[in-house]
Amino acid sequence: MSTASLLQVSCVTKRFGGLAALEEVSLDVRAGEIYGLIGPNGAGKTTLFNCMTGLYSLTSGAVKLAGAPLQGLKPHQIVKCGFARTFQNIRLFANMTALENVMVGRHPRSRAGILGAVLRGRGTRAEEADIRDQARSLMDYVGLHNKGRTLAGHLAYGDQRRLEIARALATEPKLLALDEPVAGMNPSERRQMGELFLRLRAGGVTLLLIEHDVKLVMGLCDRVAVLDYGRKIAEGDAASVQRDAAVIAAYLGSTPVGAAPT
Amino acid sequence: MDIFAQQLVNGLVLGSIYALVALGYTMVYGILELINFAHGEVTMIGAMVALTVIGVLAGVAPDLPGVLVVLGGILVAIPACMLLAFGIEKIAYRPLRKAPRLAPLITAIGVSIILQNLAMLIWGRQYVSFPEILPTTKFEVFGAHISLLQIAIVVLALTIMACLWLLVERTRLGRAMRATAQSREVAELMGVNVDRVISATFIIGAAIAAIAGVMVSAYYGLAHYYMGFMLGLKAFSAAVLGGIGNIAGAMLGGLLLGVIEALGAGYIGDITGGFLGSHYQDVFAFFVLIGVLVFRPSGLLGERVANRA
Ligand SMILES: Nc1ncnc2c1ncn2[C@@H]1O[C@H](COP(=O)(O)OP(=O)(O)O)[C@@H](O)[C@H]1O
Ligand SMILES: [Mg+2]
Repeated sequence: MSTASLLQVSCVTKRFGGLAALEEVSLDVRAGEIYGLIGPNGAGKTTLFNCMTGLYSLTSGAVKLAGAPLQGLKPHQIVKCGFARTFQNIRLFANMTALENVMVGRHPRSRAGILGAVLRGRGTRAEEADIRDQARSLMDYVGLHNKGRTLAGHLAYGDQRRLEIARALATEPKLLALDEPVAGMNPSERRQMGELFLRLRAGGVTLLLIEHDVKLVMGLCDRVAVLDYGRKIAEGDAASVQRDAAVIAAYLGSTPVGAAPT
Repeated sequence: MDIFAQQLVNGLVLGSIYALVALGYTMVYGILELINFAHGEVTMIGAMVALTVIGVLAGVAPDLPGVLVVLGGILVAIPACMLLAFGIEKIAYRPLRKAPRLAPLITAIGVSIILQNLAMLIWGRQYVSFPEILPTTKFEVFGAHISLLQIAIVVLALTIMACLWLLVERTRLGRAMRATAQSREVAELMGVNVDRVISATFIIGAAIAAIAGVMVSAYYGLAHYYMGFMLGLKAFSAAVLGGIGNIAGAMLGGLLLGVIEALGAGYIGDITGGFLGSHYQDVFAFFVLIGVLVFRPSGLLGERVANRA
């Protein structure tokens, strides 16, 4: 596995009025790893995603992807740099078909504009066919076979989660940030998702994974960071974080990790 | 002559023009939830620019067939309106993107007043007449007189609607527009340059409005700096009737409103025993608007407008 750093989060602070949702958080995600981000509800995990993807501006600090600073860029520019994400509360384009959702994800990697749309020359049509083919194969890749024509809002819950991943993958990310991607899934679905994550990593995508399912996190992640009240209280490989006294106190109360609810 | 057939034809012609203008309202509303009151004025500017070009062309090349002269007018009016709408969005609306919704709404009214006055300064207060250069051939079908111009208007309007439908449903830009309409934030997080999509939406609506402006002025034989006001209100009513934000709704609403208005104008004399004449035609659009807002605020094809508006 490569040890080159892909994502560098340096001293990121985010305040909402008086509330510091993130306090000097630093992370370093290496290319090719699955990096877990855990912490109790309200710890600031989603806020960190929002800060990195350009939805929120940082109060202070810096974020770099493959050496290029992200802060100050618009969300669509950050996507183009190779940073894609999914959402804790599924946010699909519910009135569009599943396939179209993934096709929207091809947007930053395709070109046809207003002229192309009006004239529909050969180049535009070829590009459109490519977009469709790529979207189809991504749907297959995440396990959504023959569901392309279903409205995204009508898909089963687990399939919606998969579709969000396919849509994010369509942007050709170097780094894929997943916000609680298996929340609400049953154990067998979780296992399948875990396999998907491993396949993604094998395919060269670095994963940043917010997850509550400690067993899943510990089984999948190369390294884990723990957030609590907006601060990073621990970081390291799964086993050492699991033993960390501060983590056990903050995140798991006094119960040992193995007994945490999944 | 059969009044019903005749008014049906007239209504369809007028309705297809309303539909074209309504598309501009509904597309912008779909994406920004903004009622772009300046859109009627953009239509008016399209008519005025085209008439100016048509006047010049007809003067310098009197032998040119009328259809080509009008086409020349349209081809200048389209980019003029696109540029205008691009500028309006960029200068007047974009800085207010994050402001409370009333702010851009009031701005839109302001822009429309500015455009009216600008047009008055440029083209004057008097009616600008459409030169009689188009063929006036008429056919009689089912007791109704149908002119070549009427046929051309309806055919062109339907073609434009079909093209727009294809654009929205089958192209990368159209997909980005629909995605942006559903969630600007998520579209942006999937790599859509939302500012560009919004500009494109205004530009496309304006191009269609330019053509509609030429159609109205050719149909009535005149244009006027104030014409955008009533046309805009009616097209807006049509968009609300169809379900604002819904593209198919704007098309349906426009056609329907045109027919309601024409039939209403045709029979209002009979209904009121001669008390009200056909010049009360304009009132029907507003009956429809009020009726829709009271009984079906989401419009005929609209869904979740209630929680948006
Ligand atoms: N847009 C916002 N405005 C104000 N407070 C916010 C906003 N977003 C998040 N917060 C606050 O920041 C804290 C962290 O929330 P969040 O990042 O969603 O936690 P997590 O994802 O770890 O459960 C919470 O206290 C939350 O209320
Ligand atoms: Mg969260």
